Amino acid sequence: MANLTMVQAINLALIQEMEKDERVMLLGEDVGLNGGVFRVTEGLQKRFGAKRVVDTPLAESGIIGTAIGLAMGGLRPVPEIQFDGFLGPAYDQICSHAARMRTRTRGAFPVPLTIRVPVGGGIHAPELHSDSPEAIYAHTPGLKVVMPSSPYDAKGLLVAAIRDPDPVIYFEPKRIYRAFREEVPEDEYVLPIGKARTVCEGTELTVVSWGASVVQCMQAIEKSGKSIELVDLRTIYPFDIEAIEASVRKTGRCVVVHEAPLTCGFGSEISARIMERCFLHLEAPVQRVAGFDTIMPYYKLELDYMPDAARIGRAIDDVMAY
Amino acid sequence: MPITTAFKTEIPRISILDEQGNFDEKLGKGLIPDADLVKLYEAMYQCRHLDGVAFRLQRSGRMGTYPQNMGQEATSLGAAYVLEKTDWLVTCYRENCGLFWRGVPMESILLHWMGDERGNAMPREHFATPIAVPIGTQMLHATGLAWAAKYRGEKQIACTFFGDGATSEGDFHEAANFAANLDIPVVFVCQNNFWAISVPGRIQCSAPTVAQRGIAYGMPCLQVDGNDIFATVYAMRQATERARKEGKPSFIEMVTYRLGDHTTADDASRYRDKAEVDAWKAKDPLIRVRKHLERLKLWNDTKEAELVERSEKLIAEAVARAENIAAPHSSDFFNSMYSELPSDLALQRDTMQTHSLGQDPGQLSSTEHLSNPAEHAHH
Repeated sequence: MANLTMVQAINLALIQEMEKDERVMLLGEDVGLNGGVFRVTEGLQKRFGAKRVVDTPLAESGIIGTAIGLAMGGLRPVPEIQFDGFLGPAYDQICSHAARMRTRTRGAFPVPLTIRVPVGGGIHAPELHSDSPEAIYAHTPGLKVVMPSSPYDAKGLLVAAIRDPDPVIYFEPKRIYRAFREEVPEDEYVLPIGKARTVCEGTELTVVSWGASVVQCMQAIEKSGKSIELVDLRTIYPFDIEAIEASVRKTGRCVVVHEAPLTCGFGSEISARIMERCFLHLEAPVQRVAGFDTIMPYYKLELDYMPDAARIGRAIDDVMAY
Repeated sequence: MPITTAFKTEIPRISILDEQGNFDEKLGKGLIPDADLVKLYEAMYQCRHLDGVAFRLQRSGRMGTYPQNMGQEATSLGAAYVLEKTDWLVTCYRENCGLFWRGVPMESILLHWMGDERGNAMPREHFATPIAVPIGTQMLHATGLAWAAKYRGEKQIACTFFGDGATSEGDFHEAANFAANLDIPVVFVCQNNFWAISVPGRIQCSAPTVAQRGIAYGMPCLQVDGNDIFATVYAMRQATERARKEGKPSFIEMVTYRLGDHTTADDASRYRDKAEVDAWKAKDPLIRVRKHLERLKLWNDTKEAELVERSEKLIAEAVARAENIAAPHSSDFFNSMYSELPSDLALQRDTMQTHSLGQDPGQLSSTEHLSNPAEHAHH
């Protein structure tokens, strides 16, 4: 057991999976010699060689397209896309091929790949380095979408993603890459994709969130002084509707928090599902606290864009007032 | 300082059996054994025959949109003939001839265009990927597939096919760049058929040849007469040898012509002259091989009649197999989405016939709040 940051936990998961399975290999921009711009793959090229940790040409579609071929050819590639905003050039390969190949071929060609992507704002980065596009990929049938909120979860979920027979987009909230440390077991453990985690139990209200926003939610819950249950989705798709349903039936109130834009954000889906499944248990309308339907501002204003404990607290108060 | 030449190159052009029947003995002798040449001619004929049958199936409402291959048979066939059966063949959608040579059943291709994914459930032993509809994206998969083989230390290479229009797509350039820079053994084959639906080649590429696009990636580039099975075989031999010996990619431009419409939904008379099409009909890849075989006393009218009869039977059987396949179950489009169907998706599947949006409102366990829970018991 070691006290690790999320970056270190992901690095450890990659090492262990590469040691365990010869088919696991990494590719991307700057992942080799430089260890990735966030140093997530630090030391891995030295340890496993340039054959298994590959610095590719600077081309996102090329990285994902070749990774699809590598996966169809029997390997377990783990490509890195350097920043959330650079997923755009790879969108065609992800959505036209990775997501569709299994069903297009009625199972003849599965595509087991894990696309690692640093995600979200809060690190004073330039434009297109702070976006939260998880809903786009959750809306694309055929993909799985994962976003951990802690070092412990990051390791267990990445192991699950790499071993998963389907394409997984593994979003790494860069704001909490090094924000805190946590005890992370050296021993192998797998956190199942599709299962949420109840961070803290409560009886008066449910907060549902994922990624870096979970940390803001915890702050807001502490300040509120109320008995609030916090559900960390861990996986955006498939998502753990049973966990949400069970919690909301108990509390009768719900606030969903995410950094991505409000409209058609994944909170919209959660809110709709709660309405469909828990209508007669609700004491108040479901409230969403999200990024705005604007372009993510440059960093001087990024904290005004992202949900913080104060905004989450106001939503909690609003919902409790019903 | 004087201006010097930083780089200079030339693109060889290969033609061995031309439309007049001239045969280059130096390049062509021994290239294809006689017995094989007969088989290649038969394969081209059968593909052509299927093309006509498929066209009529579409016109009579028995098949959806279909892209005819007519005129382009010698390109993919030359490739499939040279490649090992275990090399990846990563095609677009006008390479039926090569796929059939590889062993892909005709009904697979028919089923695909009949709107049935089971046509794409290619057995892995064919080492052929499914028809790729998004233009110019599959070359990256070929690069990845060959890369996976290299990673494992296997001798397998990949060959990928695409059109002239596809060389305008970014993914073509990314695939060529990855393969060249990372030393991945891929043979890139452009079928330059001069038309991307209605858009002529000059809008895709201003250079005198498409082949020279490969030069920018440091690859050997060849232009060949794509309607000449000898030339396509010759070029593929060179490219596959380089791939196997040096582990490096090559680029081949096969100059051919789409004698039919882009697909059955297209009317090419809107944008190209009849005279142009007629000129290309004279360059048909089948005619010259038949004449060559006749000169070699390997073919005659009796054999031709026998081939026609055999092909009609073969293709009628393939059509029957495609049309007589059991109707797909409506749940089939759920079942291959993931290795294990997420419970939410299973619910959508299982309730698609019984609920308005195919979704169970999920109020089952809350029926204690409803006035008449029995009404909801079927949930």
